[in-house]
Amino acid sequence: MSEVTHGQSGAVVAMPVHHEHGHGHHEQSFISKYIFSMDHKTIGKQFLITGMVWAIIGGLFSVLFRLQLGYPDQTFPILETFFGKWAAGGHIQPEFYYGLVTIHGTVLVFFVLTAGLSGTFANLLIPLQVGARDMASPFLNMLSYWFFFLASVIMLSSIFVHTGPASGGWTMYPPLSALRQAGDGQKIGTDLWLIAMAMFIVSSLLGGLNYISTILNMRTKGMSMTRMPLTIWAMFFTAVLGVLSFPVLLSGAILLLFDRNLGTSFYLSDIVVNGEILPNEGGSAILYQHLFWFLGHPEVYIILLPAMGMVSEILSVNSRKPIFGYMAMLGSLFAICILAFLVWAHHMFVTGLNPFLGSVFVLLTLLIAVPSAIKVFNWLTTLWRGNIRFTPATLFAIGFVSLFISGGLTGIFLGNSTIDIHLHDTMFVVAHFHIVMGVASFFGMFAGVYHWFPKMFGRYMNNTLAYMHFWVTMVGAYLIFWPMHYQGLAGIPRRYLDKSGWVSFNQFGDLDKMITVVSIIVFAVQLMFVFNFFYSIFKGRKVTTRNPWGANTLEWTTEINPGHGNWEGEIPEVHRWPYDYGKDGREYIPQTEPVGANESKH
Amino acid sequence: MQTFFIVAILVLGFLITFQIAKASEYVAVLRGIEKARKQTNKINGFMLLSFLILGLIGVWYCNKKLSGKILGAPASDHGVLVDRMLYVTLAITFIVFIITQIALFWFAYKYQESDKRKAFYYPHNNKLELIWTVIPAITLTVLVGFGIFYWFKITGNAPKNSMVVEVVGSQFKWEFRYPGTDGVLGKKYFKKINDAESNPLGQLWEDPANHDDIYVSGESMHLVVNKPVHLVIGSKDVIHDVGLAHFRMKMDAVPGTPTSMWFTPTKTTKQMIEETGNPDFVYEISCDQMCGKGHWSMRGTIVVETQEEFDAWMVAKKPQYLVANPSMDPANKTDSVTTVAAVVQQ
Repeated sequence: MSEVTHGQSGAVVAMPVHHEHGHGHHEQSFISKYIFSMDHKTIGKQFLITGMVWAIIGGLFSVLFRLQLGYPDQTFPILETFFGKWAAGGHIQPEFYYGLVTIHGTVLVFFVLTAGLSGTFANLLIPLQVGARDMASPFLNMLSYWFFFLASVIMLSSIFVHTGPASGGWTMYPPLSALRQAGDGQKIGTDLWLIAMAMFIVSSLLGGLNYISTILNMRTKGMSMTRMPLTIWAMFFTAVLGVLSFPVLLSGAILLLFDRNLGTSFYLSDIVVNGEILPNEGGSAILYQHLFWFLGHPEVYIILLPAMGMVSEILSVNSRKPIFGYMAMLGSLFAICILAFLVWAHHMFVTGLNPFLGSVFVLLTLLIAVPSAIKVFNWLTTLWRGNIRFTPATLFAIGFVSLFISGGLTGIFLGNSTIDIHLHDTMFVVAHFHIVMGVASFFGMFAGVYHWFPKMFGRYMNNTLAYMHFWVTMVGAYLIFWPMHYQGLAGIPRRYLDKSGWVSFNQFGDLDKMITVVSIIVFAVQLMFVFNFFYSIFKGRKVTTRNPWGANTLEWTTEINPGHGNWEGEIPEVHRWPYDYGKDGREYIPQTEPVGANESKH
Repeated sequence: MQTFFIVAILVLGFLITFQIAKASEYVAVLRGIEKARKQTNKINGFMLLSFLILGLIGVWYCNKKLSGKILGAPASDHGVLVDRMLYVTLAITFIVFIITQIALFWFAYKYQESDKRKAFYYPHNNKLELIWTVIPAITLTVLVGFGIFYWFKITGNAPKNSMVVEVVGSQFKWEFRYPGTDGVLGKKYFKKINDAESNPLGQLWEDPANHDDIYVSGESMHLVVNKPVHLVIGSKDVIHDVGLAHFRMKMDAVPGTPTSMWFTPTKTTKQMIEETGNPDFVYEISCDQMCGKGHWSMRGTIVVETQEEFDAWMVAKKPQYLVANPSMDPANKTDSVTTVAAVVQQ
């Protein structure tokens, strides 16, 4: 471990090469290398693979409830074979439907797009790109993964309990989530959900603190803050958001556990449920919403910022051009980070919130569109007059920008309280956040996986499958979510599993069928991606050069398969920012190259 | 059997795709990675441009197919404001959408890798960045200004002459209460809720304001056209939401915290039947906040009618006080008129 603790200074570190594999100077057992590993790269891969498992589960759930939405009158006997009473007669039961949407939302927001995305890439990239041998605390880092694993086990087990998983929606609003009498999903499933989320928050905090301290303290010599790649800045702001806001959700969840199990009245007042008069008085159901969204809104950016950072990096590398407006990109990340804390009540315009307070949140919410617009224009200018290579990562990055524009613009509708009165909790919201936060972040994640796969495993993924993956997903995402806005404009509420009993909402039958068919196809293509991923780990084309993309950042100066400690010998010193592409007639100039005497300034 | 075939076809399709993918990789290696890559690059550049064109056509087609199925004319005064705000925002965002998406895909296509071109080293330009900070900021200021102006109009105090109706949600139904001739809703307390004693809302009978309150359940809420209505909203168990798509109004029903909203319905149900050409048309109350397994079916209905029709409907109703306390009902007594009058005066 000695090289780990010394490495950050960037001074001369003696790191003798003991054997040719070069991972440290002690033999590691299988368990300490692959399971209870303290190597940030392995932990990153653990997060990624666990995240993929969850993504498959969450995606499969969405296919199941899409079947119900597209074909509410049809029966699917095979569902009864698999799910028994939950799909009695081949028909998805309402309790099952709400369990599916709740777990789908929870695992995709938290377990996939938080842990799977920033857990993976913060772990993988922070030490490699700032020039450190590992995280500030490899042990806490390991704990972070294992708390996540524990949270996963609890969440997974909640699916199998007799009364079913939590089914109050991923936001878990009380009193519904606080009252066992209110439904089957509100029984043990909700307790397990809350405990799993508490474990998840612990994991997220351990990880976040580690990311922050590594970025602040362990940069290599010459790596000033403004020479850091934008990925690292994005991970930094993500971690700050998480560390400041997740504890608030933890408190919200714990108060809810108290209300459920200890008879407190934090969220409960004036309730008669199923004919039973409860004694609770004086609590406020809205308090939970404030606590939840104080995390919930920053959470959106916790999901989005890492994707933005990786997209900036990938677009710059592959258009062979510096990212346009580095400082503006950084400033807009900072602005988003600050504003993210000041907009939470825009989720609560119709809860009876004081209208004046509502108007303040309208102003702050729409302000966030300004830094977002800056980022979009800067990405566009980065592409302008570039020499673009369409690697699978580049395509996903371009797809990200397209989706971010589409989903960001519909945010201007919802952030405006006047329009939100009509659109609140309709399918318009579902379409909006799936595009801007769900699919866009997934695109960022795919871009990251394709781009850094050679670094992770020393092999390439299959390109043909990758291109098919991109095109089907891109077309599919728009086919699924674009028309959904129209359902929202018609006022169709979210979480309606059958609209045939409504005069105002039953006019979209064929549309729902189309969306269901497309989502099944898109899901199948994601399985193909997973297959490509695992197949390529073992059988992919081998990487033969250290720097396959011709990139400037430090991770490409390591060996093709770096061991624990990342660099053989000294950690390289950094002399310039990471975006000198196409400068002075040279295709790229790595960060490790000293600035020449005649080099032009920028 | 059918399922088995579908799965078999999927697996087969996947295997074929995978073999093609593998073969194309071998071919690329044989022909030279670099050469194969450049060719794929051209294909993807072309695909990006095609995606843009087909995508824009798709946007147009989608709108053509679906725009007739949404909204319809708003049926309240506030709805007019909401729709106006919506269409202003739509116009602005649509222009931005078109410009940025075209720029994105066009740049990607135009500046795809070519041996003839070198990337242009262009790290920043303060003037450009200032322009695209200021223009969105001004545009958004306009939207915020309009939005807040309308928002205060909609959420401001209800007019003095508005009729009051209480809406109470519970798993999974809506109940209504009208304040009767005094125009005041009587006090209530949740622990008094008792269906067996005909007190479903927990009204306090010692409050005289309750004595003429009309309780309505199992049928439509009735409203008067062109008369402002002030809805007082509550919930007995979990959070619900009174969603009125045609009036473009929405407000949560929160247990323990009464909420309210007001609007003026501008079209009778009969008018809407004519306008939509749908003989089954009815104003619906949809629950918009997840409230349990019956959330999707928590439906209420509203009838908007003329004052005369409303009065005729209302006159047949008996105050819940008399239902719960039959001994006070004049219909059950011979010389009751004076007694009831005395009770009401208390």
